Amino acid sequence: MFEKALIGNRGYWGWIALLLSIALLLSVMTIGFITYLRQLNYGLGITGMSRDVSWGLYIAQFTFLVGVAASAVMLIIPYYLHDYKKFGKIIILGEFLAISAVVMCMLFVFADLGQPFRVLNIILHPTPSSIMFWDMIVLNGYLLLNIIIGWAVLSAERNDVSPPGWVKPLIYLSIPWAISIHTVTAFLYAGLPGRHLWLTAIMAPRFLASAFASGPALLIILCLIVRRITKFDPGNEAIQTLGKIVTYAMIINIFFFALELFTVFYSKIPGHTHPFKYLFFGIEGQGKLIPWMWTAALLAIAAIILLINPGTRKNENILMAAAVGVFISTWIDKGMGLVVGGFIPNPFEEITEYLPTAPEVLITLGVWAAGLLIITMFYKITV
Amino acid sequence: MSYELKANRRQFFKILGISALSGAGSISSLFALTQHSSLSTHHLGKRWAMVVDMGKFKTEEDYKRCIDACHHIHNVPDFGNPKDEIKWIWTAPYKNAFPEQEHEYIRDDIKNKPFMVLCNHCDNPSCVRVCPTKATFKRQDGIVAMDYHRCIGCRFCMAACPYGSRSFNWRDPQPFIKEKNIEYPMRTKGVVEKCNFCEERLAEGLPPACVEACKDNKALVFGDLNNPDSEVRKILSSRYAIRRKPELGTQPGVYYIV
Repeated sequence: MFEKALIGNRGYWGWIALLLSIALLLSVMTIGFITYLRQLNYGLGITGMSRDVSWGLYIAQFTFLVGVAASAVMLIIPYYLHDYKKFGKIIILGEFLAISAVVMCMLFVFADLGQPFRVLNIILHPTPSSIMFWDMIVLNGYLLLNIIIGWAVLSAERNDVSPPGWVKPLIYLSIPWAISIHTVTAFLYAGLPGRHLWLTAIMAPRFLASAFASGPALLIILCLIVRRITKFDPGNEAIQTLGKIVTYAMIINIFFFALELFTVFYSKIPGHTHPFKYLFFGIEGQGKLIPWMWTAALLAIAAIILLINPGTRKNENILMAAAVGVFISTWIDKGMGLVVGGFIPNPFEEITEYLPTAPEVLITLGVWAAGLLIITMFYKITV
Repeated sequence: MSYELKANRRQFFKILGISALSGAGSISSLFALTQHSSLSTHHLGKRWAMVVDMGKFKTEEDYKRCIDACHHIHNVPDFGNPKDEIKWIWTAPYKNAFPEQEHEYIRDDIKNKPFMVLCNHCDNPSCVRVCPTKATFKRQDGIVAMDYHRCIGCRFCMAACPYGSRSFNWRDPQPFIKEKNIEYPMRTKGVVEKCNFCEERLAEGLPPACVEACKDNKALVFGDLNNPDSEVRKILSSRYAIRRKPELGTQPGVYYIV
């Protein structure tokens, strides 16, 4: 009898995998939520943040995930503007990835607030001079746009009709809107006097390039997993096209990074060189992020080598490995590297280091689990 | 009807219109009118500023007196660790307070001399610009003030301040306040705070606590920059004074005589 439970077709295993992953995600979410209640009670001192490094893991995740959300345009543009039909099956996956990424962004900002119950003050006392006010507007708008578009497209697909006409203008609107969410998020950083790592006009383009690498890389990973455990096939060509998009975006991302390095190290302005020196070599023997930054750098180079070569890119397993490499590399670079690096050295040119605490990591994992659960649910609806 | 009154009415409708557009309706326009517009605030024409005469800080006691006076009356907690630390006025060596002015051959006694540092109450405060709730705002008299009850604790102002002047309540500060002063509010966890130039004392015609604490040697001088006869103006026109990070254009209101 028992062997019946252990053997089954692909759909059966897919079902088991789904249930197991939902159970796992729910338990990680529960642990994260309980830890959040502890944080609510004790205060943000439960994290590794301090007076000198006043943003950490939460804002790092937020910044990275805004990029993942924005990267849905890498599917929207080919499909809707260039009539690239091969993206027909995955366009909705990209849409739903964007929705769950925005939800995660909001949860991370919320987790980072010292007084979360006062969050509505942003709306009660609107302050157009604050970039955070605009970020709130563009992120909520983007979420709403994607929910409406996703829902309309999905219901049309269900009924085997083409989406209603009014969706088209919204889809076109979502393209510049996606660019705006990541530009505005870059402006959170790029307009602050005295934070040398962030004060660069190329911040927004860098954000976009890294977003258009990390988002599609995540989508490749998700597509390959979905294909392995379900009958849904996103299409080989669609996945290969995503691979090319990741290749271009990642090369541009590294190019932009190199541009930063040139300006910083050729000008030799001390304040501008310090954060880079801290991140990659450490200053005064302090450099907790050194292994992370070099991991990011090496993964980026390895991934580009694998992606740029058609022979390796076309191999699905290698493509998967390269996509994972790009994802981790950009996650480190535009997460902890960018956010924490911006605070070190502090305005007094002193080094105060930061590492997340266990509760901070648990809350972060809880939010990621919530996001993955949303993706799983959406994909279950779609697939 | 005077022109001014008409202009005020126009401003009233403008604020009302903007608030309605932003979806917050009349509640926020009421706040705008009572707290932030020039309608209710009488223009005093003052610009408060401080001159720190570093030559007059000689012993450790000279610094401590000022710091203790401030931290005591403002209920600034002492956690005893740098991670939770909250400070309104403190010392930093010259080479750290003025990193861009530092050079290899600078006099040793100056290089490592502790300098009094505090919020600079800038003319162009980047912390105010970035605050999403106007919880930190610039008053007409130049003071960059905080509304602890409105702050949501996003800490954008801490990232924006190029002087490291802001502290955050990472945990409940109350158990760590040695002697509570009931005249000034205690803060709750999760909000940002900093030096307020003793706005509560100025309102009563008193000088800031740190200034009063060192009134014997006049190491800290406080006054109105817009008054050419004020003590601060007299010092600034007779002695060479510098400000922290002038290249950022924030226009600090704290001057240093080295």
